[in-house]
Amino acid sequence: MVAESVIKTVNLNCSYGDTTALKNLNIEIFKNDILGIIGPANSGKTSFLRALNRLNYLNPNYSQTGDIIFEGKNIRQISDKLLRKKIGIIFALPQVLPVSIFHNIAYGPKVHGITKKAIVEEIVENSLKKAYLWDEVKDRLDTMATKISGGQQQRLCIARTLAVEPDVILYDEPCSGLDPISTAKVEDAMRELKKDYTQILVTNNTKQAARVTERCGFFLMGDLVEIEETETLFTNPKDKRTDDYITGRFG
Amino acid sequence: MLAKGKKMNSAKRREKVAFVILGLITLLIVVPIVMTILYVVKNGAGAISWEFLTQPPRNGMKQGGIFPAIVGTIFLIIGTMLFSLPLGILSAVYLVEYAKDNLFTRLIKLSVVNLSGIPSIVYGLFGFTLFVVFLRFGTSILAGSLTLAIMSLPVIITATKEALESVPFAFREISLSLGASKWQTVRYCVLPYAIPGILTGTVLSLSRAAGETAPILFTVAAFYLPRLPHSIFDQVMALPYHLYVISTQVPNMPAKISFATGLVLIALVFLMNLVSIILRAHYRKKKQW
Repeated sequence: MVAESVIKTVNLNCSYGDTTALKNLNIEIFKNDILGIIGPANSGKTSFLRALNRLNYLNPNYSQTGDIIFEGKNIRQISDKLLRKKIGIIFALPQVLPVSIFHNIAYGPKVHGITKKAIVEEIVENSLKKAYLWDEVKDRLDTMATKISGGQQQRLCIARTLAVEPDVILYDEPCSGLDPISTAKVEDAMRELKKDYTQILVTNNTKQAARVTERCGFFLMGDLVEIEETETLFTNPKDKRTDDYITGRFG
Repeated sequence: MLAKGKKMNSAKRREKVAFVILGLITLLIVVPIVMTILYVVKNGAGAISWEFLTQPPRNGMKQGGIFPAIVGTIFLIIGTMLFSLPLGILSAVYLVEYAKDNLFTRLIKLSVVNLSGIPSIVYGLFGFTLFVVFLRFGTSILAGSLTLAIMSLPVIITATKEALESVPFAFREISLSLGASKWQTVRYCVLPYAIPGILTGTVLSLSRAAGETAPILFTVAAFYLPRLPHSIFDQVMALPYHLYVISTQVPNMPAKISFATGLVLIALVFLMNLVSIILRAHYRKKKQW
């Protein structure tokens, strides 16, 4: 079976002013993949993620060459609104808006024109269920989102992203501020979401990559050193630098 | 061990001394304000009566009340607000959220800051030339409000700018990452959280406008006009100008009437601040991050 390509980059170069973040990246992501991206700080992992939904352009110094193909279409031909609806992102620290749990999730549908109360309520419930948070918060949807725990906030962020019906979910070190139990819950949610979504997980935690992902890429100083089945990458890496990194010799 | 304890003690003592000095300095600022208000209240409260608040002046301003001046000032505040609020807030939104950081925007920002340093009489002359003479509004509420509005703009823009900049960048990122447009982001994820700061700056600026004499001198203020205005092209009396007139132009004016007029002006400004404090408390409940 040939897997369906969802995202493909062609000679992607990213830079901020004079600093190059990504060099000549060619990578392909398939439908229902959970692709892990590991690598030390400043290796271009986050730049890669944020290039996919053009969030990098929020930085006025950012520039980019090469192409990104999303579902067979160059993303240059897709509007910001649609692209970011289709490719959602979860940030490193749980970032919720200082409004209620309900309104955090309802915000996405609202900006896309869905305001009918019954429909919004259904979306909120479904999104929370998919993010494994519904049972914990169903009785207090009016609580300020800032008042729930970090792990719950991060799953709330996942639910908020799901509410706009993306095809792809990007995670930018989603568990870096969470305790092991909260981390496990977020990882459970990701495994469950595999059925319906394509996911890319950037992480500093190689163990997490090993636990969750199926394919894994190793970035170093803006280069994609190698990309393999996760098991192969961790047990039998081709490149010495990968071996050094995953065995903890640097990074 | 002992030496270390001693060192700690002296550090603590120094800290205490510093706190006392800072407290005294604060007191030094508060005392004159309280004294001024007390002095005005003590000398003016006696002259305040229902008649004083609801009647026009009579008998060469020495009797009757200041009703037309109160109404005039309220009209001017409202007029100023109508012109300066939308213009000021929208300019700040443009400068912070939309404008690219280039020479042109930096020039605008610099001019805004510098505009707040221009003496109010210069605004008065400018308003007279532009609105009264050139645009032929005559000495009128319209010309006066516009002049006061231009004078208020720099403070409103600066305060709004700072309020917008203090909203965490993450809020914009969240909103944009969900596919919201720039305007939706500003409207739903930035402005609501900037409102307390915007209110503070706005009321500060409007309070100042309410008490200014120079900008309204040539543009709107009437020496004596017992009837109330019928349109925005009418002149009005205004409290600060009335105070100036009765204190300097009318011989043998009872001092308590001047002080009572001042007291009414202070009370009016205080009322505006009170409203803004209540609104601010309401919006601050939302500001929890």
